Amino acid sequence: MNSAAIALEPMMPQTHSVREVIKETPDTFTLTLQPENGAPESSFQPGQFSMLWVYGIGELPISISGDPGKQDRLVYTVRSVGKATNAFVSQKPGAGIGVRGPFGTGWPVDVARGHDLVIVAGGIGLAPLRPVIYHVLSHRAEYDRLVVLYGARSPRDLLYRKELASWARQRETQVLITVDYGGLSWRNHVGVVTTLFKYARLRPAQSVAMLCGPEIMMRFVARDLEAHGFGRSQIYLSMERNMKCAVGFCGHCQYGPHFICKDGPVFTYEQIGPMLDKYEI
Amino acid sequence: MENLERIIAECPFFAGLDHAYLDLIVGCASNVRFEAGSYVFKEGTPADTFYLIREGKVAIEIFAPQRKPIIVSTVGEGEIVGWSWLLPPYVWKFHGHAVQSVRAIALDGKCLRAKCEENHDLGYEILKRVVQIVEHRLDEARFQQVDVYSVQR
Repeated sequence: MNSAAIALEPMMPQTHSVREVIKETPDTFTLTLQPENGAPESSFQPGQFSMLWVYGIGELPISISGDPGKQDRLVYTVRSVGKATNAFVSQKPGAGIGVRGPFGTGWPVDVARGHDLVIVAGGIGLAPLRPVIYHVLSHRAEYDRLVVLYGARSPRDLLYRKELASWARQRETQVLITVDYGGLSWRNHVGVVTTLFKYARLRPAQSVAMLCGPEIMMRFVARDLEAHGFGRSQIYLSMERNMKCAVGFCGHCQYGPHFICKDGPVFTYEQIGPMLDKYEI
Repeated sequence: MENLERIIAECPFFAGLDHAYLDLIVGCASNVRFEAGSYVFKEGTPADTFYLIREGKVAIEIFAPQRKPIIVSTVGEGEIVGWSWLLPPYVWKFHGHAVQSVRAIALDGKCLRAKCEENHDLGYEILKRVVQIVEHRLDEARFQQVDVYSVQR
């Protein structure tokens, strides 16, 4: 859906058909959707999300995890944790899904241009950051060093394993992976994602950091990045709340003075840091 | 020996240490190698050595009867592995398993313990640094315990 269409009909889903379903981990799936009946192609900014309507079940806010350079499709990576997500990941190729969006602010790929980019993801948090990695790799000359630090519970919980290996082979790109619990065949790091900082080739003064994962993880990562010399305005986080309208009308996703759907989901740590220090907002 | 001194001086663990102390430490140091898959140390054996990893990775492994070994953390390049040499009963609590081929500097804990007893200023410097490692590893273990990748609230 293009931006003009959103402005006119932000609440009207456009039917897309499921093109492909890939099982990433035992409970996480990547679905590729394409517009039906010659509908306009979908452009989006890395970090934006869509509202996905599973007909007869309900609507879900899901970050787009595909390549922003491929506008003929929309890709979403979803962990199956409830009725609506179960229904979504159980769709078969050809099934129809309603799509509203894309919505929200994206990752600041323009701000990061000319800088090192440090991406820190935990668990399924790599999905909203994957479009940034695609963008940087397809505009490689515009960015300096790319550092991807990724943590998950166990090797079987890692998303996009083949892609991680292929990104690691790109020039000026460092990809470090860690798990909380590794089996005997695991030859990589074991420990939480912050333990990777000591092996990362960081240049804080010329870097922009983008974090995505559960808030507890982002809080610890942001704290460690600050300890390494990153300023709060250099650190960006993607927040997740229960979004309903996705355009700032309903207030379901209000977080302090912000509507996550409209003002976010991406914020600077300068904006959101004080709120991450409170038990509840 | 000169090369060992340079490597030890550049290790973050020994950063800022007085030159005279570095000389004492170098006197307890030697180069070692471990093949991938071999054990650097084993639970229950005397902990008379600790290691500065120059290359490769050592997994800290818990032995569990009727289960596969559990890897709780890994230690890599530039890091120190082992602090059991400093505290009685000087016995390893876990296995240290070379998951990759490892090049390291072995530091004779027995020799260094004796030097620390003779020179408490050196002992205090070493203890401060070891406590920092213990603190980091404790933080990491706590974060692992709370499962920071879980989205449940």
